[in-house]
Amino acid sequence: MITVSGICKSFKVAKRTSGVGNAVKALFRREYSEVAALNDISFSIAPGEIVGYIGPNGAGKSTTIKVMSGILVPDQGTCTIMGYTPWLDRVAYVKNIGVVFGQRSQLWWDVPVIDSFDLLRDIYNVPEAEYRSNLKLLAETLDLEDIIRTPVRQLSLGQRMRCEIAASLLHNPSILFLDEPTIGLDAVSKIAVRQFITRINKEKGVTVILTTHDMNDIEALAQRILLIGKGSLLYDGDLTTLRERYVEDSQSDSPSIEDIIVRMYKEYQIT
Amino acid sequence: MKLFGRYLLILFKSQMQYRTSFWLLSFGQFFIPFSVFAGLYFLFERFGQIKGWDFFEVALSFGVIHMAFAISECFVRGFDMFSSLVANGEFDRLLVRPRSTVLQVLGSKFEFTRIGRLLQSSLVLAWAVSQIHVDWTIAKSLTLIFMIVSGVFIFSGIFILTATMCFWTIQGLEIANIFTDGGREMAQYPLNIYQKWVTRFFTYVIPFGCVNYLPLLYILGRTEGNSFLYMLTPLAGCAFIIPCLLLWRFGVRHYRSTGS
Repeated sequence: MITVSGICKSFKVAKRTSGVGNAVKALFRREYSEVAALNDISFSIAPGEIVGYIGPNGAGKSTTIKVMSGILVPDQGTCTIMGYTPWLDRVAYVKNIGVVFGQRSQLWWDVPVIDSFDLLRDIYNVPEAEYRSNLKLLAETLDLEDIIRTPVRQLSLGQRMRCEIAASLLHNPSILFLDEPTIGLDAVSKIAVRQFITRINKEKGVTVILTTHDMNDIEALAQRILLIGKGSLLYDGDLTTLRERYVEDSQSDSPSIEDIIVRMYKEYQIT
Repeated sequence: MKLFGRYLLILFKSQMQYRTSFWLLSFGQFFIPFSVFAGLYFLFERFGQIKGWDFFEVALSFGVIHMAFAISECFVRGFDMFSSLVANGEFDRLLVRPRSTVLQVLGSKFEFTRIGRLLQSSLVLAWAVSQIHVDWTIAKSLTLIFMIVSGVFIFSGIFILTATMCFWTIQGLEIANIFTDGGREMAQYPLNIYQKWVTRFFTYVIPFGCVNYLPLLYILGRTEGNSFLYMLTPLAGCAFIIPCLLLWRFGVRHYRSTGS
């Protein structure tokens, strides 16, 4: 379903130097340095998988998500998702995916949530009957009935995140990209979001790719993890294997997933 | 087109959440050009005419250009405010939706408070149309409408150009105001009162001359040669938007390959 092979992407970053003199100089001539954000990333994902994509801050997780969702064009490599190349057939391709950026809202701030949903229906051209049934299902499973007529700005973060996830599923996407969906949520909301992700994955067979820093998310959801550090893919496999690999040299008998990840980051020297 | 209406509706609802600020801003937008127009009026009161143009002829020019500006600022505000869309990453969001970027950026913001300016310019225009010494034929009325449409296209084109530059600089460029605000101030008078190079710049580079000066000659019956050509000049103004849209596409491609 998703095949990524040999993706490379580098950014030009303006060199920053300290001092007023240098700042003035930078106004006229800037020096750039190339930063490799992604370096020869390859993996493939089968339909119906939930894949956790982890790595320290700045490792290239968001860049990968952006390439896979058609926002960015990589320097090298190919990516085929459901027969499309994301950045070439953008409009045709994005009808099939849902994207949630945890730190950014896709809802219209001052109007009731349902108005945003209605507009998304028009943007994605969802047939009315399909929209109604999707909305009903989402409202029930995410417990939105009471908040759907409230303006977004009056919602709590947890309520808003549930609405964000619903918004990205109104058009029945086959793939869902979640970029830090549980960031800043309280325990109850986190669990609600996790349960929901499991449910749509089971019932609708939606393929889910999620990035997160909360290892409990990974443990609860992902059968498989991809670890990226400094732009390179370092580990691709399931959680149990990983656990077994690191369990021997740990002080306690059953190290928590956090311990394992920390140890792994240390081994690969990517922190 | 239907979707554009939906965008309009949801943002109008949002705007209505802040009624007081809406009314105050609209009120302000009415009086800013009003004071400029008052200046124009007193100028003519004192001097009678400028280079053979009388008050109502200039008022017509003024009405057309301000109306076009108000309409573009209301409906093309998304491009005018585009820098914030890029800076806060909202543009990525637009790229994962299955619609053209132009439509989505247009739909990202409307400035309804420009209704004040629109009202003011309509009043000036109505006054000028009723007082000017012109026999209004169908062709001439059509020309007047073309003039406004053409103005909207040119202002929109400039907004799009400015927005395109944001792909390289991120920050909004005040420099573009030279062409929008400056162009508006210049083009509210018939262009031939200025120096030759100014007239040329605003005819061939940014074709404000096609919005009012050239078709105005036709309306007033002062054309030399084929008057039909003069009548069609506003269409040339509309064509200005084509290179702007092409540049926009180029900018989007650049953005997607650099990610900044």
